[in-house]
Amino acid sequence: MHYAILCYNSEAVVTSWTKEEDDAVMAKLHVVHERLEKAGKLGPSIRLLPTTTATTLFKQKDLVIDGPYAETKEQLLGFYVIDCADLDEAVAIARELGVANPGGAYEIRPMALFLPGVPLS
Amino acid sequence: MTDLAWIDGALTSARPQAVSALLRYFRDLDAAEEAFQNACIRALKNWPQNGPPRDPAAWLIMVGRNAGIDQMRRGKKQTALPDEAAISDLEDAEAAIAERLDGAQYRDDILRLLFICCHPDLPATQQIALALRIVSGLSVKQIARAFLVGEAAMEQRITRAKARIAKADVAFEAPGPVERAERLGAVAAMIYLVFNEGYSAGAEDAGHRAPLCEEAIRLARLLLVLFPAEPEIMGLAALMLLTEARRPARFNAAGEAVLLEDQDRGLWRPKMIAEGMALVDKAMRHRRPGPYQVQAAIAALHGQARCAQETDWAQIDLLYATLERLQPSPVTTLNRAVAVAKVRGPEAALAMIAPLADALGGYFHFHGARGAFLLQTGRKGEAREAFDRAIALANTAAEAAHIRMHLDRLMRESAGA
Repeated sequence: MHYAILCYNSEAVVTSWTKEEDDAVMAKLHVVHERLEKAGKLGPSIRLLPTTTATTLFKQKDLVIDGPYAETKEQLLGFYVIDCADLDEAVAIARELGVANPGGAYEIRPMALFLPGVPLS
Repeated sequence: MTDLAWIDGALTSARPQAVSALLRYFRDLDAAEEAFQNACIRALKNWPQNGPPRDPAAWLIMVGRNAGIDQMRRGKKQTALPDEAAISDLEDAEAAIAERLDGAQYRDDILRLLFICCHPDLPATQQIALALRIVSGLSVKQIARAFLVGEAAMEQRITRAKARIAKADVAFEAPGPVERAERLGAVAAMIYLVFNEGYSAGAEDAGHRAPLCEEAIRLARLLLVLFPAEPEIMGLAALMLLTEARRPARFNAAGEAVLLEDQDRGLWRPKMIAEGMALVDKAMRHRRPGPYQVQAAIAALHGQARCAQETDWAQIDLLYATLERLQPSPVTTLNRAVAVAKVRGPEAALAMIAPLADALGGYFHFHGARGAFLLQTGRKGEAREAFDRAIALANTAAEAAHIRMHLDRLMRESAGA
């Protein structure tokens, strides 16, 4: 079975970490990552940029809004990883996906870090 | 079990929201600050035992308001404080207040608090000191160190600034759209002042002043959460992130400033650059260019060039042309000339800055840039004169040292020739 682990924390606190504090956390995580990769258990891991960089597409109204998806009525059901030249292209791809699967919203968030991990069976 | 570093971080980041809401209750800065302090003391006692609340800001506002009201009551008659058990059972009340404090209310509270700090009667240095003290919660000692003044002097400066704004009478009603936009503009300018105060320091003070840059970025991120669709706020945040990203490469081991083109780009901070570029990208979609966005776009072009030779100077020239139109100033034209020298050669750059001689005759960077352009055209004698003028006008030892480097190179070259 493949699982996704979704990471939650206070953004205001984490973005206030000094470079040293941030590096220390990443170094500790790296040790765990390496062990999991050797065991063939770690696929892509991603660190997102802060929610201030997010843009949200409300699919049914075809409305593009600055900021993260803040509603609590819907639940997180999945996500895509895409490679684009800029936000315009990312929005265009989200629209295309939205036509195929209307309803709900897509939050488009640039990544700070993308670690491909190992291919999973 | 909640560790102290987390609590400290949560208190710091909840501060602007909490103090600004308490200011709305008490209409007095000192009372709001004191109430917040009291709430923090209780948080330090309560959170490690009961775990952190769901919404730290709402908890602090709730507890701070009660503490403030108590304080006032105690002033009149000796009423006992509610016991700790009553305070620790705040979950329900806190959830209610979190709901009532919807985005709009928070937003205007924080904007008001920031706006109070940039009252036009206050000189820039007082605005900065006040914002750092009240909004960011830096200690007087920290601020004094950043400004290289004694603690007592800084205390006095802040007290004086507070006294002045107490008389200023800032409206507590929710502002209209025009007034809100004006406040936002003034606050953005103040935040950029805080950043520049931190960034313009020489190598010897850079360590003390770095917190100012961090605070400015934190405040800009906060504004962006409150006003997510303002392209100029995206631009401001991006500009500061992209500039701050280069900090580790700005000075060499001897403490001398390193020019952008000579910096070791491996030292730049990629995550900050990525965040800045994402914000520029986002702002551009609004098609409402402004000075912060354009400056951020210029910084982004530097940030994405893997080496100095890869810099897209033609694009930078165009962006400076836009900035000249949006915010005409001789310094902008001087900056543009640096790009022009790369794209169209030093003669074109010299022609562009010639009309600036009157306006910028007393400006170090004018003579420094002019000397560099002259040197590129091979007019060594004139270049030397320009560099001498620049050294005479240098504001810091680092600036002078930098020009002397050019001069030394000139001397060596003429000796070798």
